[in-house]
Amino acid sequence: MGFKLFSFKGGVNPPDNKHFTENKPIETANVPSLVYIPLQQHIGAPCEPLVKPGDHVKLGQMIGQQRGFVSAPVHSSVSGIVKFVTPLRAPQGDKIMTVVIENDGLDTLDESIKPKDVDNLSIQDIKRIILDAGIVGLGGATFPTHVKLSPPAEKEIDYVILNGAECEPYLTSDYRLMIEEPDKIISGLKIIMKVLDAKFGYIGIEDNKPEAISSMEKAASNESNIQVVSLKTKYPQGSEKQLIQAITGRKVPSGGLPADVGVEVNNVATAAKIYEAVETGMPLIERVVTVSGKGIKEPKNLRVRIGTLFSDLIEQCGGFSCEPSKVVAGGPMTGIAQHSLEVPVTKGVAGILALSPEETKDEEVWPCIRCGKCIEVCPINLMPLSISAYSLKGDFDTCREYNALDCIECGCCSYICPSKRPLVQSIVVAKNEIIAKEKSNISNKDK
Amino acid sequence: MNKTLTVSSSPHITSNESVSRIMLDVIIALVPAAIAAVYFFGWRSALVIAVSVLSSVAAEAIYQKLMKKPITIKDFSAVVTGILLAYNLPPTIPLWIVVIGAVIAIVLVKQIFGGIGQNFMNPALAARAILLAAWPVEMTNWQSPVIDGVSAATSSATSSATVDGISSATSGATPLAILKSGGVWAELPPLWDVFIGKIGGCIGEISALALLIGAAYLLIRRVISWRIPITFIATVGLLTWIFGNDGLFTGHGLYHIFSGGLILGAFFMATDYPTSPVTPKGQIIMGIGCGIITTVIRLVGGYPGGVSYSILIMNVATPLIERYTRPRIYGEVRGNA
Repeated sequence: MGFKLFSFKGGVNPPDNKHFTENKPIETANVPSLVYIPLQQHIGAPCEPLVKPGDHVKLGQMIGQQRGFVSAPVHSSVSGIVKFVTPLRAPQGDKIMTVVIENDGLDTLDESIKPKDVDNLSIQDIKRIILDAGIVGLGGATFPTHVKLSPPAEKEIDYVILNGAECEPYLTSDYRLMIEEPDKIISGLKIIMKVLDAKFGYIGIEDNKPEAISSMEKAASNESNIQVVSLKTKYPQGSEKQLIQAITGRKVPSGGLPADVGVEVNNVATAAKIYEAVETGMPLIERVVTVSGKGIKEPKNLRVRIGTLFSDLIEQCGGFSCEPSKVVAGGPMTGIAQHSLEVPVTKGVAGILALSPEETKDEEVWPCIRCGKCIEVCPINLMPLSISAYSLKGDFDTCREYNALDCIECGCCSYICPSKRPLVQSIVVAKNEIIAKEKSNISNKDK
Repeated sequence: MNKTLTVSSSPHITSNESVSRIMLDVIIALVPAAIAAVYFFGWRSALVIAVSVLSSVAAEAIYQKLMKKPITIKDFSAVVTGILLAYNLPPTIPLWIVVIGAVIAIVLVKQIFGGIGQNFMNPALAARAILLAAWPVEMTNWQSPVIDGVSAATSSATSSATVDGISSATSGATPLAILKSGGVWAELPPLWDVFIGKIGGCIGEISALALLIGAAYLLIRRVISWRIPITFIATVGLLTWIFGNDGLFTGHGLYHIFSGGLILGAFFMATDYPTSPVTPKGQIIMGIGCGIITTVIRLVGGYPGGVSYSILIMNVATPLIERYTRPRIYGEVRGNA
């Protein structure tokens, strides 16, 4: 029970800094001579390698097999020879088993890539295609899409929402996709609605993107059960729970999932990829990345082959315009700072930001003055100052009482804090400790 | 190019908020009251304010140096405490008492308990309460407003040895003292005088007009929330109107609102971050609580002014209030702990 606000309580309004790239049409990036494809680019178990050094692979060939249900396969983004299969650093920060392929420049297509007849596919067929194509949430969360499209049978889905909010500053990859390929997105949405047997589809777009709104409205104009919804621009409007409430008025319960209120949410780029996979048989081997920030000479939106190194793309954008203070994979609110440029673009990398010293935060931390601004901006109505204080003392049980597990890690609290305290960081530490303790309690019980 | 990249946790951008900016906003908001003090009381007010600020900053710097802690006076919080302390003192206060007050506020109430964000009581008000108990004569030596540069000749003669502080209306007694003694409407100074500050009282509390201008600035700049001040003032106004001297609903609600330290206390002191609840519901409870206690002290207690004590009492109740007013989280499922 709730009401449609087309917005939500809390949140912050950082400068959106989209002007660097919002008017730059998507360019195809140069394909590098070496691609580095990690065997885990998704939430869930890492893939089993299907190739070894010396093997010849084709473009779109599956090189990593999914393990278990919550997992997704990985494909080669070029044709060529496998040079190494070895642990290498990935944007997430860890070292992950990575397949390194030398590009032969021929782009020889794998034989399994064939267009399918969309209208004659069953729901099971479609889900199989999505699984085999290795499609995961391209908004950055990288949850395997075929799992998302298989909610428990008792949970009926009435609404499918496509997330076109792109609320992170600087990022414009979804924005450009909505302007340049709206039909693919709508077709993808229709496929999702068919799989879930949903009545209605919504596309939520923040109102700082009027061109994208009109482009998608035009593409949806012939669909009676698809509607584009304009949302008040505020971070994190693209957060799943906030998006669902803004459009449908329904509140996802604490500890629950969107399916509990009859809704599923997918990113617009994921929808487009679903359509491509079904229509052409092409698996997920490339994505659109926004390369931006004051530290980049020529910011761009690039269509990038998975496995391309950051350093390659930064070069293609003219290199650095100043000595960057930080290079971030993703958006500035939730992205991961990199310590090396020799990391590959993976399925979840929506942006590469070279932030100049004036754009990034001051690292000096002051004591908490208990101003309560963090409570005002928290979209989940938590008390970040309290959770953080207990976390820093190591009292994770009290953190749990203060609902640390409900934190969506949006970063609004740290953003607004006058003392620049690492609030969300300490809350995430608490979450990890609580979950680890729970796991060890469960395994102890089994003994 | 020598690239050393900073690697730290998200978010990688932050807002322009900072502790010093907040303190500067408060200082700006307090300037109109300083102007009013000098206008009505003369230059000695400015001297008291200056001594208070300097002593506060020095006390903090010296304490932190002695205790080998980082010196944090650049956050301007000691300056704010200095100003607020001065605003709670009469303009005739001997300067050595001001210095003592500053040391009490900064060292005893703030620094010893952990510095900024850790004080459990409002430092300026706690210092004022201690000074009042230690030097009651000097702390209630009221001066009538200086008009045309000539102060009332009998100003020093009106100093009261008793806590009641009752004197005749022509020699600078505060409006609250008059109300306390059961004064009739005719004895009270005109409401307009009370509003603009042409009355006796402490340096910063006399001009409701000047303080309200500052308060509006703080609300617009989102330094303070409306919850505590509005509920505090409304409760006092309502209760003092209901429980009037001449029967129900005959009280001098507006006089009570604009007299004494209510406007100063409600907007600038009760809203002190560490000593007021961080939860929205908690703030309303604090405002109402302060209002009730202030009214009880003013109407029934032995002392004419109740704002300082009401705030100090609600300060120490704040942790308890916070614990019981935790906000309901998004999508909270009933029945969970």
